[in-house]
Amino acid sequence: MAKMRYLQALRLAMTEEMERDPNVFIMGEEVGQYQGTYRVTEGLLNKFGDKRVVDTPISEIGIAGMATGAAMVGLRPVAEFMTWSFAMSAMDQLVNHAAKITYMSGGRIKCPVVFRGPAGVGTQLSAQHSHSLEAWFAHTPGFKVAMPATPEDAKGLLKTAIRDNNPVIFMEHAGLYGSSGEVSEDPDFTVPFGVAAVRREGKDISLIAYSKGVAMSLKAAEILEKDGISAEVIDLRTLVPLDMDTVVASIRKTHRAVVIQEEWRNAGFAAELATRIYEQAFDEMDAPIQRVAGADVPMPYAKNLERAAIPTEHDIVAAARRALS
Amino acid sequence: MADTIVKPPTEEDISRAEMLDLYRLMLRIRRFEESVYRKFHEAKIGGYLHRYDGQEALVAGIIPQLQLPHDKVLCTYRDHAHAIACGTTAREVMAELMGRATGCALGKGGSMHLIDPDRGFLGGDGIVGGPIPVSVGVGFALKYTGTNNVCVCYFGDGAMNQGGVHESLNMVGLFKLPVLYILENNRYAMGTALGRSTGQPDFILKANAHGIAGEVVDGMNVLTMREAANRALAHIRETGEAYFLDVECYRFVGHGIGDDNVGGQKLYRTDEEVEEWRRRDPLIQIIRDLKERGYISEEQIEAIEAEIKVEVEDSIVFAEASPEPPLDSLYEHVFSE
Ligand SMILES: Cc1ncc(C[n+]2csc(CCOP(=O)(O)OP(=O)(O)O)c2C)c(N)n1
Ligand SMILES: [Mg+2]
Repeated sequence: MAKMRYLQALRLAMTEEMERDPNVFIMGEEVGQYQGTYRVTEGLLNKFGDKRVVDTPISEIGIAGMATGAAMVGLRPVAEFMTWSFAMSAMDQLVNHAAKITYMSGGRIKCPVVFRGPAGVGTQLSAQHSHSLEAWFAHTPGFKVAMPATPEDAKGLLKTAIRDNNPVIFMEHAGLYGSSGEVSEDPDFTVPFGVAAVRREGKDISLIAYSKGVAMSLKAAEILEKDGISAEVIDLRTLVPLDMDTVVASIRKTHRAVVIQEEWRNAGFAAELATRIYEQAFDEMDAPIQRVAGADVPMPYAKNLERAAIPTEHDIVAAARRALS
Repeated sequence: MADTIVKPPTEEDISRAEMLDLYRLMLRIRRFEESVYRKFHEAKIGGYLHRYDGQEALVAGIIPQLQLPHDKVLCTYRDHAHAIACGTTAREVMAELMGRATGCALGKGGSMHLIDPDRGFLGGDGIVGGPIPVSVGVGFALKYTGTNNVCVCYFGDGAMNQGGVHESLNMVGLFKLPVLYILENNRYAMGTALGRSTGQPDFILKANAHGIAGEVVDGMNVLTMREAANRALAHIRETGEAYFLDVECYRFVGHGIGDDNVGGQKLYRTDEEVEEWRRRDPLIQIIRDLKERGYISEEQIEAIEAEIKVEVEDSIVFAEASPEPPLDSLYEHVFSE
């Protein structure tokens, strides 16, 4: 184990997988010579050379297509989007090509590609640079969707993503890059997809989150504890596949839930999660599920408006109180 | 294709007053950017910050020649200069950068999304290549409504590698739309030098391939820039067809706050290179030309500096005294009434 930052854990995952498998390569804007916009790929060009760390033009359609095509014939690309906000022009290559080729070919083609990069709200980056788009990808059959909340998961989930034979949407959170924690240095360490983590045990209410929402939920749980409320915090880790067993087991214990996402509220992933809870554990519920989400507006620039548009631990606390009242 | 343009204006065509105006506008932009930088580091301005230092001639040589607000301007996130050149006041720009209710987008847009439609400025765009598809529609509408107006669309060298750009240029060439493309060719897209981003850096060839005429221009000299722009605008107004200027320029500072320290820029360019381009500073050149013609005295230079200082300081005082947008404006403007 070693203490490291989330972005270093991502780098370690890529380094180890590149050492393990010569077919793994990295591509994207500014990943090489510039050392990565967020320094996630720092040093990798020096270590692996420009055959395996490929700087691309600002061509998201080209990036998505190149990674997909290379994966279709046996390579294992890890393609970085500088941020997920810039991936939107590439949606056709992602959704109509990467996500569908295996099915359309009757399983004759594998597409082992990872699309990774930061998502979520930064600080005053305004409307075009603040997206969380996980619901779009979770909505699309054929993608696996991973959203690590901790440095250790950043490493373990990315390694699983690279080894997976399917397109994986790997959404990091720019607000977590600097967070640090203990990470296994064992090159065989991975975190499997579809296994949620109980980050804190509790008996009164389940706070179900992913990505940055997990840290917010842990803070909310501390605040609630002062009022004698025992909150359980679940980190979904992957949205597809989704570990409903862990969620339902928690609901059977607490009978109340808050579902948390940073993305826009309307038709977001939390809505899917809440519906599944109702489908699978309606009889267990003692109160309606409460939802914490971003405001349904393009992200405003002004500090005060931005603050009002994004969820915080206080919104989670308030939602938990509503569920318990 | 370049020979379709009308005769270039001669040096005599520019008066002393016009030359002084060019100087004043470029200096206003430079001083504004410098103060914005200071305010960013005082944490009065948030988000990203992309400065126009070094590229002033590209707006000063073009935008004052337009018939605003009837002509339209679109540009990138590096947009402070364009707003100011279109006539948005320093107050409105500074207030927007500080996220205040008095800003040109009521605090909702910020640095990358300055906009002022009443003055013909259709805004900055945070997505590389984003304004170019939009320019097709603006050009289409200008033609559709039977005007003789032009849409001027600015974008960077990095944007030339976006798929949407080529779809759009083809449509503009096909439909013969009145758009003036200004490629702000500052040689770098973040840390990627031109030669590392395209197999064909002859952008005129690419414009020509879509049926659009164009030429390369020295964008470090505002008089050259202005002449080329006037020729191009005359061509568009006469023929109704688009024109493409590949403008050679250089940003003197980092791409944004991320590489604003020298170490950041060392990853992709040398101090010597920056110095070499700084010697071609458009402000140095216009001052030289003004002096050579006896159009400006040392006292006037000082007076213009002082006048601009007052304007910029006033914008800061105004912005800092302005209120934040009201919280209940959060859900306003998702839709129009
Ligand atoms: C589609 C998209 N991809 C990536 C980015 C991130 N980005 C912002 S500016 C920039 C460089 C653009 O360079 P260029 O077009 O040459 O314009 P300049 O900044 O030099 O004015 C990049 C990669 C973005 N904003 N949009
Ligand atoms: Mg550039």
